[in-house]
Amino acid sequence: MTQEHAHESHTGLIWKVFGILSLITIVEVFLGIVKPESLHLSNFLGTSYLNWIFLILTLAKAYGIAWYFMHLKQEKAGLRRAIVWTVVFLVCYLATLLLIEGNFVGDVLSDRYTKWFY
Amino acid sequence: MEATIATENTGKEAWTGGGKKPLDASYGKMMMWFFIVSDALTFSAFLGAYGLMRFKFIDSWPIADEVFTHIPFVHGHFPMYYVAFMTFILIFSSVTMVLAVDAGHQMKKGKVTIYMLLTIIGGLIFLGSQAWEWKNFIGGTYGSLVMQDGKIAQFVDASGHQIALEEFVHKSTSDQRVAHTKSNGLWFVKDVGAMAPFTVHEVIEGFKANPDISLRTEQINLDTKHKTVLSREEANQFLTKAAGVVKGANLKVNEYGKTLFADFFFFITGFHGFHVFSGILINIIIFFNVIVGTYEKRGHYEMVEKVGLYWHFVDLVWVFVFTFFYLV
Repeated sequence: MTQEHAHESHTGLIWKVFGILSLITIVEVFLGIVKPESLHLSNFLGTSYLNWIFLILTLAKAYGIAWYFMHLKQEKAGLRRAIVWTVVFLVCYLATLLLIEGNFVGDVLSDRYTKWFY
Repeated sequence: MEATIATENTGKEAWTGGGKKPLDASYGKMMMWFFIVSDALTFSAFLGAYGLMRFKFIDSWPIADEVFTHIPFVHGHFPMYYVAFMTFILIFSSVTMVLAVDAGHQMKKGKVTIYMLLTIIGGLIFLGSQAWEWKNFIGGTYGSLVMQDGKIAQFVDASGHQIALEEFVHKSTSDQRVAHTKSNGLWFVKDVGAMAPFTVHEVIEGFKANPDISLRTEQINLDTKHKTVLSREEANQFLTKAAGVVKGANLKVNEYGKTLFADFFFFITGFHGFHVFSGILINIIIFFNVIVGTYEKRGHYEMVEKVGLYWHFVDLVWVFVFTFFYLV
């Protein structure tokens, strides 16, 4: 953080970010309780539209927290990239492999080895 | 060794990298970011493992809305509300933390003190809420049957809603079961768990006496995303394979379905709760440092900013735990 930034107050911005984060949470909870059928019972790239909405809203919240609360916005671009790109790249890699593998094992199990009636 | 070191770092400044600030970040802040990135990857691994198992059992995973349905002082079915409250508390304590950091930049000791205190209180409320959530999960809601192959079958009324065992099962007078205690010489038995409220026999008797009720299996109908409700005949077949009665959840059984769900829930929310706990401890230490004027003397409140980073990270992790455990 540069010296000019150091002494000015960001209180207004902080409350604004808080408002946005709360609003996103309220929308998430509302959708989670209502579960509109058109979104919940659909399928897009392996999961429902509702789940995609949840995921995008979560990432939006994560952005708000990291950029404004953790001050990533004010850090040098190099530091920011070193942090964000590292995590995003590794998480995408891990999630892709694990979910594909889980899906495969699930298919094998449910096709041949799971019986639901006695 | 000297030959391999380009610049000598000895004496008082060794811990601060000689006051050098690569990327404009001090040594302490940089190390906090190192820790946060590695910890983020640890949590990613846990949540990734959860995702692996969730996709593996995509057709039978417990539905979170049916598991976490309690709010304090009120009986009934209230999915999501309480965990939404917890999320809100944690976000709010993040806000007071960032306000403390902001006040620190302006060297306002009084404001930093108040905001730090509010942050600590927020953390304590969250931790208490989590304990309460655990208590409900461990204690259970309805109770269910566990089959010989480990599957769970829950009881539903004519409208397909779950009903508690107490509503239709009567304790038989011939039930001679007594809970194990260590004082009865069972000191070598490691898991003297809580005794289920009823025996399998009692539950089957209760089922036969109430023609309206039926069973619900773990299997999810992928078209409607509801659990499959059995007919009476199918349910009777199930009862012949019943191995036990289970109320509540622990690391070995789970009345709501897959035991893995309980394992992951305890492990991931427990690990996160431990982070919150240590965050509160660190916040308390910094809070007293602020009061005695350590940072006033030092000339800057960067330490508040560094613990703030950790606290926001805990909040950040919760945002993802909330999504993957309760929403998706």
